[in-house]
Amino acid sequence: MFSGEPPHSDEGAKRQSERGKAHRLSGDGKAQKMITIIDYKAGNLTSVKLAFEHIGVGVRITDRPEDILSAERVVFPGVGAAGTAMETLRGLGLIEPIRKVVASGVPFLGICIGMQLLFERSEEDGGIECVGLLSGEVKKFCPPDVMCKIPQMGWNEVKFASEHPLFEGIDDGSEFYFVHSYYPECKRAGDVLGKTDYADVVFSSAAGNGNLAATQFHPERSGRIGLKLLKNFSLWDGKC
Amino acid sequence: MLTKRIVPCLDVRNRKVTKGVKFQNNVELGDPIEMAVAYSDGGCDELVVYDITASAEGRSIDIDMVKEVAAVIHIPFAVGGGIRGLEDMRRVLLAGAEKVSVNSLAVSEPDIIADGAKQFGSQCIVLGMDPVKVQDLQKFPSGYEITTRGFRNRTGIDALEWAKRAEGLGVGEIVVNSVDADGTKEGFEINLTSMIAKAVGIPVVASGGGGRCEHLVEVFTSGCADAAIIASMIHTGQFTIRQIKDELVSAGIAIRKKW
Repeated sequence: MFSGEPPHSDEGAKRQSERGKAHRLSGDGKAQKMITIIDYKAGNLTSVKLAFEHIGVGVRITDRPEDILSAERVVFPGVGAAGTAMETLRGLGLIEPIRKVVASGVPFLGICIGMQLLFERSEEDGGIECVGLLSGEVKKFCPPDVMCKIPQMGWNEVKFASEHPLFEGIDDGSEFYFVHSYYPECKRAGDVLGKTDYADVVFSSAAGNGNLAATQFHPERSGRIGLKLLKNFSLWDGKC
Repeated sequence: MLTKRIVPCLDVRNRKVTKGVKFQNNVELGDPIEMAVAYSDGGCDELVVYDITASAEGRSIDIDMVKEVAAVIHIPFAVGGGIRGLEDMRRVLLAGAEKVSVNSLAVSEPDIIADGAKQFGSQCIVLGMDPVKVQDLQKFPSGYEITTRGFRNRTGIDALEWAKRAEGLGVGEIVVNSVDADGTKEGFEINLTSMIAKAVGIPVVASGGGGRCEHLVEVFTSGCADAAIIASMIHTGQFTIRQIKDELVSAGIAIRKKW
């Protein structure tokens, strides 16, 4: 028989209650909206989908422009290379729909490569133009020595730079799960939502502007704290 | 600061987690799904699940088990054992695993690393290696030879050379599982781990031999490991992950403290 440690006392109960709440009303009295996940063939969407399902939020995975334009809440995930991802987005005709849905005020969350593509440009793949909804660019880590590994892989602290609704109920300095070799650098200080220290730089590990928010880390892989952030996103009205 | 990762390893045989010494005399410990949840809730930073009999039985990995694990834990986990090619990698990743680990397959077909990295991204391709200490330094300058199929096969490949070659092929992380230390609870093989960690620019995970908290302190400091796999010390209930992490924090190691 397994004789390891017992699960933490109140966590199971907490999850249970989150699940229970899910299909009722959100804080502002409106029905909770389904999340549209953009599938542009940049990596694996399974963990994002499973995380939302775990907290009782319905998801629709799509690569169709019309689905994005009619979305009520959008998640833009992704892992892999930025160059290929931008090409695919262009090929699928998704860049304009993304700009339009963000302009319409719909809550929008970029994750990992999905965050990086929201900036103006990235140094990856010889330098590429990105969607340009956040001012600034994405740069390559320059490790100071061989013991500083690239990619940054693992859990690192996020220091909150503002009191954003996504961080409600989450302690400042909490650790989230990262996997990346490039990092975003905001041009406008006001866009920085969270900061993280790696390879001798302090980079914008969370950024946003109005109804647009993005994280370099993976909330869907960051345990209970990550699920809390996703839950906050599912209830967010897009205002700060 | 990036924290060091504590990674419980679940060796699964016939849907039961087992543990042996030097890959032998395995005993059953429990249900993999229940144990994955308990360790995740208990504060581990990542998990690795090996289907240890898949390749010996000539079958593909247990995908239903991978799906079940993915549905109940929301931290990264790697899956290995019985990966026969790109299609198996795809199935494991689509089932919800964060990473897929290749070992024997990479030795017989090194291009699987490059192909996997190109298809799915380097970050999700892990190389598992099982080096054993050898005397012939002419043939094996690092002093370690790569074995496969649970120590049954000697490959004639030098461990350090293999690590560097795998990095060049695009692997995202290397798990160094010392055959000599596996299951002994006498400490990780520090010399082997630090030699590889200092030679590659990608994360290195130490495996085999963890029995006490001091062993983890040692592997994260002089061993230069980015993560450590543990099994016996928590499977037996001797330590909780909380206890291990408290010890590491007191020793000044950067560790994820809240979960």
